[in-house]
Amino acid sequence: MPRGGWFAKRARSAQSMDSVPDGIATKCERCGAILFARDFERNLKVCSACGYHHRLTAPERIAITADEGSFQETHAGLTSQDPLAFPGYAAKLEQARASTGLNDAIVTGIAAIEGRSVVLGVADFRFIGGSMGSVVGEKIARAAEDAIERRLPLILFSASGGARMQEGLVALMQMAKTSAAIARLEQECIPFISVLTDPTTGGVFASYASLGDVVLAEPGATVGFAGRRVGNQDLGQRLPENFQTSEFQLEHGMVDRVVPRRELRPVLAKLVAFFQEGTDGR
Amino acid sequence: MAASGLDFEKQFEELERLIAELKKPEKRAEAAAQGIDLEAQVAQLEAELQRMLKKQYSLLTPWEKTLVARHKDRPYALDYIRMVFDDFLELYGDRLSGNDEAVVGGLAVLTGEPVVVIGQQKGRDLKERQRRNFGSAHPEGFRKALRLARLAQKFRKPLISLVDTPAAAADLAAEERGISEAIARNLKEFAVLKVPIVVVIIGEGGSGGALGMAIGDRVLMLEHSVYSVIPPEGCAAILWRDREKAPEAAKALNLTAQGALALGIIDEVLPEPVGGAHRDPAGAAATLKEALVRHLAALRHVPPDTLVASRLQRLRSIGFWTEA
Repeated sequence: MPRGGWFAKRARSAQSMDSVPDGIATKCERCGAILFARDFERNLKVCSACGYHHRLTAPERIAITADEGSFQETHAGLTSQDPLAFPGYAAKLEQARASTGLNDAIVTGIAAIEGRSVVLGVADFRFIGGSMGSVVGEKIARAAEDAIERRLPLILFSASGGARMQEGLVALMQMAKTSAAIARLEQECIPFISVLTDPTTGGVFASYASLGDVVLAEPGATVGFAGRRVGNQDLGQRLPENFQTSEFQLEHGMVDRVVPRRELRPVLAKLVAFFQEGTDGR
Repeated sequence: MAASGLDFEKQFEELERLIAELKKPEKRAEAAAQGIDLEAQVAQLEAELQRMLKKQYSLLTPWEKTLVARHKDRPYALDYIRMVFDDFLELYGDRLSGNDEAVVGGLAVLTGEPVVVIGQQKGRDLKERQRRNFGSAHPEGFRKALRLARLAQKFRKPLISLVDTPAAAADLAAEERGISEAIARNLKEFAVLKVPIVVVIIGEGGSGGALGMAIGDRVLMLEHSVYSVIPPEGCAAILWRDREKAPEAAKALNLTAQGALALGIIDEVLPEPVGGAHRDPAGAAATLKEALVRHLAALRHVPPDTLVASRLQRLRSIGFWTEA
């Protein structure tokens, strides 16, 4: 293995993949295959043995989606309050901020994909399970407004367990707030592309994430309504093997396409180009 | 803990039984023969019961309110519909795949004014509960609600929604037919519906299942109803891995009508009769009717575009964040 080349590449692409596992090899979280770190990175964290799409952080996702250097973050200064003084929430927020370097569970901004401008929002599952509270709701609402103001398509990548329990009813209402923001986009004929990544469940799947003009999903992602721990109904029936996955949702007409990670960027570019053709989008 | 949560109801029920017994004609005759003033004794007992109920129900904990909201004798949507409206013609089906009996709806008349009403309906006995899936709607239920909402819009009738569900259905059938999409679509469509919408949480406002029928220009809650992002049992399971700690979770979630009002998420708490709606359904219905009439009167002359703009603004403004 050309070690010098590997290090050189790493240095060059520090912006594109900043959390590559230390060392030369890494292990697939699904099948346990030992993968060369370099191959794993080149493969966008998809296991070359079993095809498992490992979760990406928001910065990683942005790096492989947006044209290099094009991403301009917006609304980064928003932080959650603790409206219910919920036990342990303040500490949890602080810990999540420290460990991720993010202020909350979504990063929004303006970016270009193959030369075309879009408003981009990317959820980060590391931040309290990507859960949607006031900040996520507000940033999605603002992203939608930015899209309207600039006449740009909105692309949202979801990766979330659902509404943030620690914000109680306020979190539940973010489902309504984000869905209303999508209703506004619809009134303005601004395209919205929703990309479901692992996992997209609960209040996020049951709100804005299901409302895309086009809904894409990564292969094998968990996509469904009630998490098994939360569901208060007995799921004692025999469930299909692919229950609550991208493929299950595709089969039942809830997703337009399941798109492998490597093809996502070109597919998004194609969609953006299609929607903007003949409109005043740049 | 869960089972014993409403222990205080037992003493009230015993007292109520005793009073009913003393009111029987044969008891009166018996007392009259012995020269006892039974009327005065009954009146005294009733006053005492009222005093005790008033005290107890003003001090309900969030968990006790959860149990009152789930009380088997609590009036359900169809009970209120029968008591509140002059007329009601139920309509069925979502025009797509079925008729979900966890959701009811149709055309009604409220003090002479035609309205469309939708509601979530639990069952009274075991058979009805099964038929109505304990008030947990499948996608067909949410789609039925949307179809009726569009009917209201088309004919410019106000929409009333009565919310009472533990949660949306989460079984295989619900997932296969797109429960998430059905809820999400309602959130989007109700946000821009061009007629007045008044929502009342009458019992359990169980997370997304409730929200899917709870977008409106006015959102009201009965005094002992609850509205929550997650059932307290589920919250306790996640936080402490112990569903028995639901009472603590209910407190942390602040899921009461009073809590929702304090957060600015609802507009008004409707007082229930002393001892809860289940003790006096007609009294609760009268309060509900008065509130519906009052709010619809205020909304009736608002132009549709203004109505939608302020509803969107209402939703837009919910949240607590700080900006550096």
